[in-house]
Amino acid sequence: MKHLSGIAASGGLILLLFLAWEIACRALAVPVYILPPPSAVAAAAVSDLPSLLAAAWITLSRALIALAFCSVAATGLALLVSPSPLLERATKPLAVTIQVTPIIAIAPLVVIWTGLEHTERAIVILAAIVAFFPVFSGALTGLKSADPDLERLFDLYGAGPWQRLFRLRLPAAVPFMLEGHKVAAGQAVIGAVVAEFVARTGSSQGLAWRILLAGNNLQMPRMFAALFALIVMGAVLYAALQLIERFVLAWWRGR
Amino acid sequence: MIASLREVTVAYDRGPVLGPFSLSLEQGEIVALVGPSGCGKSTALRLLAGLEKPTAGTVERAAGRGETSVVFQAPTLMPWASAIANVALPLELSGEPRAAARIRAQEALARVKLPAAGAQKPAQLSGGMAMRVSLARALASNPRLLLLDEPFAALDEITRPALAEDIHELWAETRPAIVFVTHNVEEAAYLASRIVVMTPGPGRTAGEIAVQAALPRPGGFRATAAFRDAADAASALLAKAMGRAA
Repeated sequence: MKHLSGIAASGGLILLLFLAWEIACRALAVPVYILPPPSAVAAAAVSDLPSLLAAAWITLSRALIALAFCSVAATGLALLVSPSPLLERATKPLAVTIQVTPIIAIAPLVVIWTGLEHTERAIVILAAIVAFFPVFSGALTGLKSADPDLERLFDLYGAGPWQRLFRLRLPAAVPFMLEGHKVAAGQAVIGAVVAEFVARTGSSQGLAWRILLAGNNLQMPRMFAALFALIVMGAVLYAALQLIERFVLAWWRGR
Repeated sequence: MIASLREVTVAYDRGPVLGPFSLSLEQGEIVALVGPSGCGKSTALRLLAGLEKPTAGTVERAAGRGETSVVFQAPTLMPWASAIANVALPLELSGEPRAAARIRAQEALARVKLPAAGAQKPAQLSGGMAMRVSLARALASNPRLLLLDEPFAALDEITRPALAEDIHELWAETRPAIVFVTHNVEEAAYLASRIVVMTPGPGRTAGEIAVQAALPRPGGFRATAAFRDAADAASALLAKAMGRAA
């Protein structure tokens, strides 16, 4: 009940804001090429729907490919370094460097390296770079999160390193890994969009490209429609991951 | 002799925490380690378990691998695993086939009066039930040495005495040597056949009290002179040890 009323309240607020926007545009006679009213944006969204969906899928699929890659590579690296404090200390500054480097600053470089005819590769790589850190640090934190007394029990019963990994550290890491992937998914979408903006060419026809194209043609309703498509896509992705997290955690702890 | 500490000391970077301290355990006796916080009683327990090495002195353990069990202050169960999987863990880690381990785990759950809780996960159990599952895990391997680190600390006043009685019943079945840590002298007098009082850290032996009564305790034991005498003697020793340190 609380949940439903929350959804109703936030939906109502959004509706109210759109209404104010619509009224303001009409009352002040704002030119459409500066700020289109929501009704015009909605009309553009409806007529562009098939191409918007296709563009959204392009962006989303690249972000998901990047996420899948990170899921394997970053988790693998965390598994590799977690047994050794020295290795962990050695990799931490590098991981942080990747995390603090603005993706927009390295995007042109990656685009040049992959070649303008393969911008989709650049997009996946850049999305993977921004998604790497959350997955890595989530997995690393999780692998070390097991109760120290449980670790002692494993010592007491003479557990081998593999038993310790598969029976203790990996299962203990599950909630942290889920959280890391959830953050990383959002980051991957941002990375993919930034890369599309930097690539700016027709070989990558994702949502960012739609925004650029409409902007260049001063088709503001279409530009806003693409922007809203991006927002909705991000929100749906987040909601989906939230749902997955809830289900997996419920199974993990039994309620 | 099941295990013994001879003149052991343990020092960490922050300073000495235990000793010199000696303790010898015989088959089937129940020993309570009583002392103020930070006197190193949990450290002594970890030495007996072989989980830690002393800085000086010798530790002897007759109990081999799989013959020592530890119960911690918290239930320390794997939250992602069902109760029966938690209880079967020590058996499976020591190489027992899964099916056989589960059968013995089910028996251990029945011994702690939770025969139907096997499928439940720790979050679905009450605090007292989780502690029993923890006890079942310790008993599953039929240990010769059972170490309990403040097993009652996290329990409420209603669950606590019941668990104390259960421990005696379980002890009567296989008579392992039991060492448990507490800072409650009444708990020590109820449960133990021998109370070792420790000084503030680095802990030494302040004195020993033998509790002159049958195990498991007869009904109304808490009202008898034997119980009162032992608890009072332990209290006095503890007060004296604390006073000396102050």
